[in-house]
Amino acid sequence: MAKMKALICRECGKEYPTEALHVCELCFGPLEVKYNYDEIKEAMPRASVEAGPKSLWRYKELLPIEGGPTVGLHAGMTPLVHAKNLGSFLGLDELYIKNDCVNQPTLSFKDRVVAVALTRARELGYETAACASTGNLANSVAAHAAQAGMQCYVFIPGDLEAAKVLGNLIYRPKVVEIEGNYDDVNRLCSEIAGERRWAFVNVNIRPYYAEGSKTLAFEVVEQLGWRAPDQVVVPMASGSLLTKIWKGLNEFKKIGFLKDVSTKVNGAQAEGCSPIATAFKAGRDFFKPVKPNTIAKSLAIGNPADGYYALKTTMESGGAMEAVTDDEVIEGIKLLAQTEGIFAETAGGVTISTLRKLVKQGAIKKHDVTVAYITGNGLKTQEAVVDSVGRPFRIPPSLVKFEQTFGQQGAA
Amino acid sequence: MTKLRFHIRFPEEKIPEPVIYQIGHEYQVVTSIRRADVRATTGWMDVEFSGETEEIERAIAGLRNKGVLVDPIELNVVE
Ligand SMILES: Cc1ncc(COP(=O)(O)O)c(C=O)c1O
Ligand SMILES: [Zn+2]
Repeated sequence: MAKMKALICRECGKEYPTEALHVCELCFGPLEVKYNYDEIKEAMPRASVEAGPKSLWRYKELLPIEGGPTVGLHAGMTPLVHAKNLGSFLGLDELYIKNDCVNQPTLSFKDRVVAVALTRARELGYETAACASTGNLANSVAAHAAQAGMQCYVFIPGDLEAAKVLGNLIYRPKVVEIEGNYDDVNRLCSEIAGERRWAFVNVNIRPYYAEGSKTLAFEVVEQLGWRAPDQVVVPMASGSLLTKIWKGLNEFKKIGFLKDVSTKVNGAQAEGCSPIATAFKAGRDFFKPVKPNTIAKSLAIGNPADGYYALKTTMESGGAMEAVTDDEVIEGIKLLAQTEGIFAETAGGVTISTLRKLVKQGAIKKHDVTVAYITGNGLKTQEAVVDSVGRPFRIPPSLVKFEQTFGQQGAA
Repeated sequence: MTKLRFHIRFPEEKIPEPVIYQIGHEYQVVTSIRRADVRATTGWMDVEFSGETEEIERAIAGLRNKGVLVDPIELNVVE
């Protein structure tokens, strides 16, 4: 029997074959992958995971592919850092940073989802990869497609900054700039995805793509010595990552790797785009779409596909959600860099400042084993901090001037 | 013939209006509602439109003119 049982509708439960489908024909609800956990339990003893490759593919039994991995062989298994400095600053004994700033090859957690999406897309016979994206997703799809020898289309809004466009062009995909406002671009991309026989990773391949995020839960459990954290703090754009971390933890319970899962799953957004966190704080089970206005561009999804499911997940797990201002985002980036030497992008600033808020509110406590997910690299969003990091000391080439500036002992 | 699926949202003041019925009359499109949640102050529907592509695009523009918000069924696909 195959380990993937079916695609199943999250709303009405109708099952579909494991093809490139993403919407239920009956109720238009989203589809997700359903597995044979008994089968997987047999095929995946802990020892075989521990002896597996140093990548997310060590958990391939719990990923939606039929054969072996073919795209993105080096994604995952990023460091879990015991953040003693930041922990003591915040008053936490056991704070860990899951550092996906150094994920391979494009330095964000998107390399996980794209590795899984394109491996599955090739199994399904696709030769062209596509996505609509303003940042991390496009980088990752373009890079993986180049390596895998796939055709690649990247759709971007017409008003994107030059540096971001370049980050895609270097891999030589077909970059298509679409004129019009955000809603027009969004709708056209959905229609193109419906028209072409392409692997549009976050549209028709989305049920497979999204599963890649579970590996952020699997790795943390293994890296903590096969225990689940008490608290996780997760940045939210579509909300998919947050729901999949919860799914991953519960799958480890299903196959016997964890006795119990009592992890509280906390969600983080920027105030300038916080439809999910705002709904949570208002006690609503539905969110109101917003027009994003924040420096945290990688999280700026105003009408998030998994927003409803993210709300459900956080409620079910007993977690909380918070939103932080753009100034707090910058402070968060600086705090992480200056305590732990990790330079995160704006999404990381959102996570760290949300963590800080949740500690202050008492939602996360001193003894809680806490994991903050840092999902992208700061070198990609330098414009966010360029005005708040100060300037170098400028001196003439003279030892006297140097000592006048820094004193005899070298302290400024 | 094209089939396109949309998630449409109604502002509070549009909730009592038979918007979907009107669209079916004003444009050469067939509408099929699959899921909906209409409450006192908010309402949404997941709807399939079938017809010629151009006519569907005109119907969507017509809905927007009425103040109704129209998104693809996947919501935001630009990440
Ligand atoms: C750096 C970074 N972190 C987090 C996210 C959030 O992912 P999701 O859309 O699964 O909520 C994104 C995605 O867009 C991202 O680029
Ligand atoms: Zn369904």
